[in-house]
Amino acid sequence: MPKQTFKSDQEAFRLAKSRTFNPLKVYHNMVKARALEERLIKMSKSEDGYFWIGGPGEEAFNTVLGMLVHKGKGLDYDYMHFHYRQSATMLALGMPMIDAIRQMNNKVTDPFSQGRNFVNHYVKKEWNVMPVSSPIEVQYAIAPGTAWAQKRHGGQGLTIVTGGDAGTAEGDFASCLNFSSRPMMEVPILIIITNNRYGISTPFQEVHGDLPIAKRAESFGIQWATVNGNDPIASYNMLFEAMEYTRSSRKPFCLEADVSRLRGHSSSSGAAVVDSETDCIKDFETFLIDELIVEDRELQRIKDRYHAEALEAVKKVRQEPYPDPSTVFDHTYVMEGA
Amino acid sequence: MASIAQAIRMALHVGETRLGVQDVFGQDVGPPLGGVFTCTQGLTTSWNAPLDERGIVGMAIGLAMAGARPVAEIQFCDYIFNTIDLLKIAGNTHWCTAGQIQVPMVVMTPVGSGIHGSIYHSHSFESMATHMPGWKVVLASNPLDVYGLLISAIKDPNPVLFLYPKALIRMHGEEKIPGEPDDVKQLSDMIDAPVGDRQTWQPQWPTLPDFDIPIGKGKKLCQGDQLTVVSYGRTAPLCLQAAHNLKKQGSSIEVIDLRTLIPFDENMVFESVSKTGRILVVNEDTEITNYGEHLIRRVLDNCFYHLQAPPKLLAGANTPGIGLAECLEEAQVPQLNHIEQAMKRLLEIKG
Repeated sequence: MPKQTFKSDQEAFRLAKSRTFNPLKVYHNMVKARALEERLIKMSKSEDGYFWIGGPGEEAFNTVLGMLVHKGKGLDYDYMHFHYRQSATMLALGMPMIDAIRQMNNKVTDPFSQGRNFVNHYVKKEWNVMPVSSPIEVQYAIAPGTAWAQKRHGGQGLTIVTGGDAGTAEGDFASCLNFSSRPMMEVPILIIITNNRYGISTPFQEVHGDLPIAKRAESFGIQWATVNGNDPIASYNMLFEAMEYTRSSRKPFCLEADVSRLRGHSSSSGAAVVDSETDCIKDFETFLIDELIVEDRELQRIKDRYHAEALEAVKKVRQEPYPDPSTVFDHTYVMEGA
Repeated sequence: MASIAQAIRMALHVGETRLGVQDVFGQDVGPPLGGVFTCTQGLTTSWNAPLDERGIVGMAIGLAMAGARPVAEIQFCDYIFNTIDLLKIAGNTHWCTAGQIQVPMVVMTPVGSGIHGSIYHSHSFESMATHMPGWKVVLASNPLDVYGLLISAIKDPNPVLFLYPKALIRMHGEEKIPGEPDDVKQLSDMIDAPVGDRQTWQPQWPTLPDFDIPIGKGKKLCQGDQLTVVSYGRTAPLCLQAAHNLKKQGSSIEVIDLRTLIPFDENMVFESVSKTGRILVVNEDTEITNYGEHLIRRVLDNCFYHLQAPPKLLAGANTPGIGLAECLEEAQVPQLNHIEQAMKRLLEIKG
């Protein structure tokens, strides 16, 4: 089954714009995320980094997700439990590109882990971004905890959890559905599956019969939907409605986004360009030009700008220090009084 | 004096009334049962979770990340094994995030043999538990220590695995918990749920003053100068009894109840071994890569030139499970006679 492509829909576009969708701003972030990921891949193939894993192909969906988050610290704001393909969301939230490069280069200036964790393993307490960890499913088991705290607290804050299609094979996905939908104790959580239809090299359809995955939520009494994640307008509208539902009802919603995977699973599989899948950026560019939102030559200037920013960031980060090995035991435990 | 079950209940009551605990949860933890061992009866914040250990531990991590102070229970440690990668995450989060995110949560679970529990109700877990950096690990042997250490576990900003010996859950202590009534029956009338319909029952909690026992401090159960015995949990009182029995034959044995395994009371252990020159570690986990081996390695590193005999570990048989028949269980985990024999053999070695 081919990946879904962008479909121009004027009514959806008008609706999104009425909900503050800014097409040029979205495009900028998508391109910025792609430029970052391409630079990170280059770093993984040089002396500037080791392993790479990230989100080329998910820029459309992940960008608009970040733009709709109520960002802040504490129970009144949205909690995020991401997996490792979320660079576009973090950029949309306001992360400086250089911070991801610092993590790739495992420098002490890496604000997420000070050189301890893989790239795209984000955490930012000030924004309620909870730690990304390499196991592909654990965030689904953990997320109902922040959502339960938010339910008790009241207000409009919700919890967002993302994971891939392969991760839904783990029991933690079922745990998430179950703990989110206990009768009279439903929690405000947006359970997202970004379905790129692969687990490393194994096609989803070879080992799963549950398509759409989100339909599994139905047996828990959870509202669900699917969306073309390569379409930023459709994704924006769907996320807007799902989040509004979750914020106001204080109940879960399960959303499956069909996305592309344009550089394979990770550097372990070569991170080569995959040109057989839909590229959400190219599709959106066609739309922007057709709608006279931007001219063709401006698109190239935007790309050049972010590629240059990424390159300059690498040059700067190379000069920054590595962690001091004497700090290796730091933070193993919270010290008393901390 | 209170039982361990009652001590846990009172500590959790302190937790939910004074220490910010809003969730005490696990399978059968909430009303009407209040835990299969009655450890959570009468609490106002207890609730029943789905029968899903990973969901329970995951929920606790999420709550802790959101600033809550959850206490989760896994009904038997035999069923905690499928949560290990989540436990690892609870333990590594503070380190991985360079100190950004704390995970102050308690996971309680009963451990060990002693109730004819057969293969899936007799496991020990401390050797695995102590292999997860970032966790503190507690395993007390009597109601007062259980009470004081559980309060400290709740207060601790780190994840704490609170193991307790299921064989001793009904055992009444010799030391009084501050605030508990003198009369055992009076305490039972106050905080034990009645058999049958409990819908209208409310516990009458005793007034419990501020009290805790610090994590990381051992307890000398008896003094001696010929042999140091280090134990915890079910085997700790057996070691004390064995030491008393051998005292009648002229032996002077010092018994340490470690109480906390991570971090353990290095000063108490090393000072004792430096004095006696002999150490026996007793526990009932399987003997290969047993936590006691770690204790012995640390003793060798720190007390080698004081030793007069090879350190000895008396532990559970390296078998896949504990047999149901009493004769099998007694052959597989240390009993009083095994401990006495091990003590005698060590004392016979000439330094």
